[in-house]
Amino acid sequence: MTTAHPPATAPSASPSGAGPGRDPSALPAVLRTEFRLFLREPGALFWVVVFPPALLTILGCIPSFREASADLGGRRTVDLYVPVAVLLSMIVSGVQTMPSILTGYRERGILRRLRATPARPHHLLTAQIVLHGCASLASVLLVLAIGRLAFDVSVPRQLAGYLPAVALTASAALSLGAVLSAAARTTKIAQTVGTLAFFPMMFTAGVWLPVQAMPDTLRHVVEFTPFGAASQALDQAATGSWPGWTHLGVTALWTAVFAGTAVRRFRWE
Amino acid sequence: MCARRPRRHARAMPLIEVSGLRKEYQGRPVVDGVSFSVEEGEIFGVLGPNGAGKTTTVECVEGLRTPDAGWVRVAGLDPVAGHDDVAQLLGAQLQESQLQPKITVGEALRMYSAFYRQPADWRSLAAKLGLQDRLGVRFGRLSGGQKQRLFIALALVGSPRAVVLDELTTGLDPRARRTVWELVEDIRASGVTVLLVTHLMEEAQRLCDRVAVIDGGRLAALGTPAELISQKADPTVIAFTPSQPLPEAELSALPGARSVRTQGPRVTLHGTDETVDALLTTLARRRITAGQLRVKDASLDDAFLDLTGNASAAPRTAHAHQENLT
Repeated sequence: MTTAHPPATAPSASPSGAGPGRDPSALPAVLRTEFRLFLREPGALFWVVVFPPALLTILGCIPSFREASADLGGRRTVDLYVPVAVLLSMIVSGVQTMPSILTGYRERGILRRLRATPARPHHLLTAQIVLHGCASLASVLLVLAIGRLAFDVSVPRQLAGYLPAVALTASAALSLGAVLSAAARTTKIAQTVGTLAFFPMMFTAGVWLPVQAMPDTLRHVVEFTPFGAASQALDQAATGSWPGWTHLGVTALWTAVFAGTAVRRFRWE
Repeated sequence: MCARRPRRHARAMPLIEVSGLRKEYQGRPVVDGVSFSVEEGEIFGVLGPNGAGKTTTVECVEGLRTPDAGWVRVAGLDPVAGHDDVAQLLGAQLQESQLQPKITVGEALRMYSAFYRQPADWRSLAAKLGLQDRLGVRFGRLSGGQKQRLFIALALVGSPRAVVLDELTTGLDPRARRTVWELVEDIRASGVTVLLVTHLMEEAQRLCDRVAVIDGGRLAALGTPAELISQKADPTVIAFTPSQPLPEAELSALPGARSVRTQGPRVTLHGTDETVDALLTTLARRRITAGQLRVKDASLDDAFLDLTGNASAAPRTAHAHQENLT
């Protein structure tokens, strides 16, 4: 019947000596283009970069929030809201903005189209993660600057501890976003689930009630959620101590679980 | 010792080879034993009704899917294992794929050209496709015809040896469709091989040197459009309005006549060239004039309906297979 044996494949057509990094320009080209596209999304930019510093500013303008409180160990509410605002930008970019972009790319066949080129769709994924990470970072810097200049919140004293805590928190948020992008078949689902997940995450991050002000039992539970732990780690580093290993460990563990799930579940089309 | 054997037939090797291709989705075969080969420089059509397995077949050629059985070679390379190299020499326009809504034509062309080792100059490519005034326009604001021209440009931007065009003109108005057809002819004229997926017979008849007709996942026929039409038992269609009524029995008794249809005074007769001769003789003898006499070849459309209607009939499929293997 049909010919059973496939012919041996021809030797690679690539020019000899191409070796590793044979298509070195694909990722920078994708990154550059996606950056320009990202700047054309005023909604995403507002929620990731503008909203968290704005929220901190509004809360900081409430006089009672600027008074030291005995319940908070002599600290002011506005001090506690700096790490919360930092978390807010990460959660918004990871869980709200990025999944809807990525599921949209999949829905429109953009990832599939890229698979038919020498570039790979993971270049697009990488670009999105990098861009959202950078946008969060910009927001973090704004929040810290506003806190310092407007409300006299001290800048993180334990910088060596603060940077890893920020990086770890951002990875947790972005990898959770990647799970959402992997699991949601359509943009609508991604947005709905993202919004539903948003509120518990904001709660555990301490947006309505700073984690430090929560009753003991609740606080112990919240400290084992990804953003509850991250919030504590950020706060500890900001106040000058090394972030607790438990908090860092909990955040890292969640990141690993999210990233592993995303990698296994992600579909290009 | 077997040192590397010189490839004596390297030149004669078809650019794209598909052999015994089989692909299942959830246990249901979507492509079942399809074989064909595409020679360098031709426009090869993959034809079939919707859901016949055309797109799955070319997705295996593009390396987007891994065959369950059989094999595919593009310039001697496996599209899955040799993805990077195959992607360098095979451009693609995918069915129903889009771009980022806010990306501009220029940005898309520029980004895609960065993926390739020997990219074409994207500005002159854009000009060739009539997009030079659209470089700053976002994808979401392009018309259907402009989008398809951009997709053709993206398929060509890597200076490929072959392009796969999947349902290129679906959804375009007749004018835009004709423009795109001319572009496809230009592509071939520039030396690039074209693998064209379509369900439009007019498109295949106009553009393709050879076509593979796929139906129900199987190869139903393979050949030039003219061959497929002449394979029909009744390749000629005669239509006329006789000045006096003619008995239908007499018409269907004409040599080569396969079917007679009467609609009011108008008669349509399917047959061969012989039928035409015999009909003219009969009319002359009876002194009947044939008003509005039209004699034409059956279209690929007719041949296609014949072929796909009979897809499950084993003999024709087997014949197509054998023909393909010789």
